[in-house]
Amino acid sequence: METVTYNYAIVRSFITWSIIWGLVAVLVGVLISFQLVNPDLNFAPYLTYGRLRPLHTNAGIFGWGIGSFFATFFFMVQRLCRTPLWSSGLARFQLWFFNATIIVAAVTLLLGFNTSKEYHELEWPVDIMVVVLWVIFAINIIMTIVKRREQQMYVSLWFMLASIVGVAVLYIVNSAEIPASLFKSYSAYAGTNDANVQWWYGHNAVAMVLTAPPLAVFYYFLPKSTGVPIYSHRLSIIAFWSLIFMYLWTGAHHLLWTPVPDWVQTLAMAFSIMLIAPSWGSVINGYLSMNGQWHQMRENYLVKFLILGITFYGLQTLQGPAQAVRSFSSFIHYTDGVPGHVHMGALGWVSLVLFAAIYYLVPRIYGRELYSIPLANLHFWLVLLGQLIYSLSMWVAGLQQAGMWHSINSDGSLTYTFMETLVEMYPYWWMRAIGGVIYLAGLVVFIYNLLKTAKGGQPAKEAVATA
Amino acid sequence: MPTPHWEKKPFVFLLLATLTILVGTIITMVLPFAWVNTEADRIETVTPYTPLEQAGRDVYIREGCNNCHTQTVRPLVAEVLRYGDFSKSGEFLYDQPHLWGSRRTGPDLARLGGKYPDAWHYQHMQAPTSMIPKSNMPAYAFLQENPLDAEAAQRAMDVLGFPYAATDIDALKGKNEMDAMVAYLQKLGTGFRMVVCRLSPPWVTPRSGSS
Repeated sequence: METVTYNYAIVRSFITWSIIWGLVAVLVGVLISFQLVNPDLNFAPYLTYGRLRPLHTNAGIFGWGIGSFFATFFFMVQRLCRTPLWSSGLARFQLWFFNATIIVAAVTLLLGFNTSKEYHELEWPVDIMVVVLWVIFAINIIMTIVKRREQQMYVSLWFMLASIVGVAVLYIVNSAEIPASLFKSYSAYAGTNDANVQWWYGHNAVAMVLTAPPLAVFYYFLPKSTGVPIYSHRLSIIAFWSLIFMYLWTGAHHLLWTPVPDWVQTLAMAFSIMLIAPSWGSVINGYLSMNGQWHQMRENYLVKFLILGITFYGLQTLQGPAQAVRSFSSFIHYTDGVPGHVHMGALGWVSLVLFAAIYYLVPRIYGRELYSIPLANLHFWLVLLGQLIYSLSMWVAGLQQAGMWHSINSDGSLTYTFMETLVEMYPYWWMRAIGGVIYLAGLVVFIYNLLKTAKGGQPAKEAVATA
Repeated sequence: MPTPHWEKKPFVFLLLATLTILVGTIITMVLPFAWVNTEADRIETVTPYTPLEQAGRDVYIREGCNNCHTQTVRPLVAEVLRYGDFSKSGEFLYDQPHLWGSRRTGPDLARLGGKYPDAWHYQHMQAPTSMIPKSNMPAYAFLQENPLDAEAAQRAMDVLGFPYAATDIDALKGKNEMDAMVAYLQKLGTGFRMVVCRLSPPWVTPRSGSS
C-alpha cells in the first residue's frame, strides 16, 4: 500500500500560535473583569475597558478560535482526503500572515482604531488582511478536497466548506465602509440598516466560526477518540443542511424591540426556536454514538472533554432560543445574563472541543505520549469550574439586574435608579473575575502539560504514532 | 443509502451551500432595505451632526463607549420611564455606523441630550466617581489634553456628505476632544420630541417638530 506523507508541521505551528493567542484572550479577559469591579485598573488611553474588550473578543474568536480551526482543518482535510495538503508553501505563508494580522489587529485596537461593530471592530486595512488570509486558506482546503483520494466526503468536510463560504460572504458584506483616512472609515450603511446588517453578521459569525467549525472537529475527533463511528451519518447530514439554512434568518433576535421592522424580528424569533432541532440533531448524534461506550467517560479524558463540550452546545442552543423570544428578551437583553450565555458557548462548548482535539493531535504530531493524564484531568476540572462560576454568576446577575430595571412601584414610578441596580452587580462581578482566574489556571496547566509533552515526553507507542 | 452524485463534487456542494445561506440572507438582511430609512421613516427635526458633534462621535467610537452604553430605548414601560420615549428608526438616519450596542453596564444614552448641563458632563468625564461615587466608569480626563484635528473633522463631513460651513471648521480650532464629546452627548436623542397625545382634530395642520 502506498504511503502518504502528511504535513503535520503546519498543524503543529498553528496549534502553538492559537494557544498563545488564546492565552492573551484569557489574560485580557481577566484584566477587564477586574476593571469592572475597580475602575482604577483602567490605564488611559490605551488600556481602558472600551479598548481592551474588543481586543479580548478578537483574540478569543480570531486568534484562539480561528487559529486552532486552521490547525484542526489542516489535519482533518489531509486525513479525510488521504492526501497531503495542496500547498505547504501557501500554508506556511498563511501561518505568518495570520500572526501578522493578529498583531496588527491588537495594536490598532489598542490605538483606538475600530469600527465599533461587535466582532468586526477591525478597521479597513486590517479587514483586507483578514480577507486575504481567508482566501488563501480557502484555496488550500478546497484544492486539497478536489485532489482527494477518498471518494466519500465525510460530514466534517461539509461543515468546513460551509464555514469557508459563510465567513467570506458575511465578512465582506458587513465590512462595506467608506475610508476617510488610513485607519478611519464610516459604515456604508446607516442607522437601522446598519444595525440589521451588523447582527446578520454578528449572529452568523457565531454560526460560521463558533458552530460549524467546532462541529466539524466534534464529528471527526469523537469517533477518533472513542474508536467507534458516529451513530448516524444521515442524521448528521439532515442537521447540517437545516442548520446552515435556518441560521441566516436569526440575526435580528439581537435587535428585538428596536426600530428594525417587526416582521424581521418575528422571523428571527421563529427561526431561532426552529434552530433547536438541527442543533440537538448533532447533540443527540453525539450522545447516541456513546451507546455502549459510556464507560469511556471515566477512562478516556478526551471523551470527557468532547461529551461535556457537546452538552454545553446543547444547553447553549436551548438558552439561546429562549433569549430570542420577544417576552424573555425584553427582560434579559442588555443585562449580564448575555455575557454569561456567550461564555458558556465560548469556554464550555468551543474550547472544550478544541482542547480535546489538541490533546488528540499533540502526541501524534510530536510522536510522544502525553506527559501527564492527571494534569489533563486537572485542566478539565479547572476550566469546567471556572466557566461554570462565570456563567452561573452572570445568569443570576442578569436576572436580578433585569428584575430591578423593570421594577415599578404601585404609584407607577421606577423602584430603583440605575446606580442602585449597578451596585448590586459588584458581588457577581467579583465572582466572575474569580471564575476567570480559575479558568486561567486551567489554561496554564494545559500549556505546561503540552510543553512537557513536546520537550520530554515518552516516545510514542506504535498505536499513537500510526493512528 | 447510496451517496448522491453531487455529494462527491466539492464545487457543486459549495454552490448549494451558498444558495442555502443566501435564502435567509436575502429575506431578512437585503429585503429590509426597502422598509428602512425610507420617506416613511423620516423625521423632519432629525438633523445631521455638526463637525463638532461628529468629531465627538468619532471619539465615542474610538474609546469604545458602545461596549458599556446602548443607544436605543425599547417600547417597554420601565424603559420609557427611565430613559424617555422609545427610539424611532428615523432618529438614526445619520448614524454611520449605528451605536445601539448590546450591553448596559452603564445606562442607555439614546436620550441623554439636554438631561444634564454641559458642566456636569465635563466633570463626570474627567472623574466619574467624583459625581457618582460607586460608578465603575473609567476616567477620560485625557480627552481635554487632545486638541481637535480640524482637517480630519472636515474630511469626515465630506465622506459622510453632511452640510457644514467653513466657519464650523474654523470654530474647531482651540477646542479639544472633551468639548466635542460633550457636544455629541448633548445632541443625542434631541431630534425627536415626544408627542404624548395629539388631540387636535385632523383639519388643524399639525405642528411639525419644534420649528
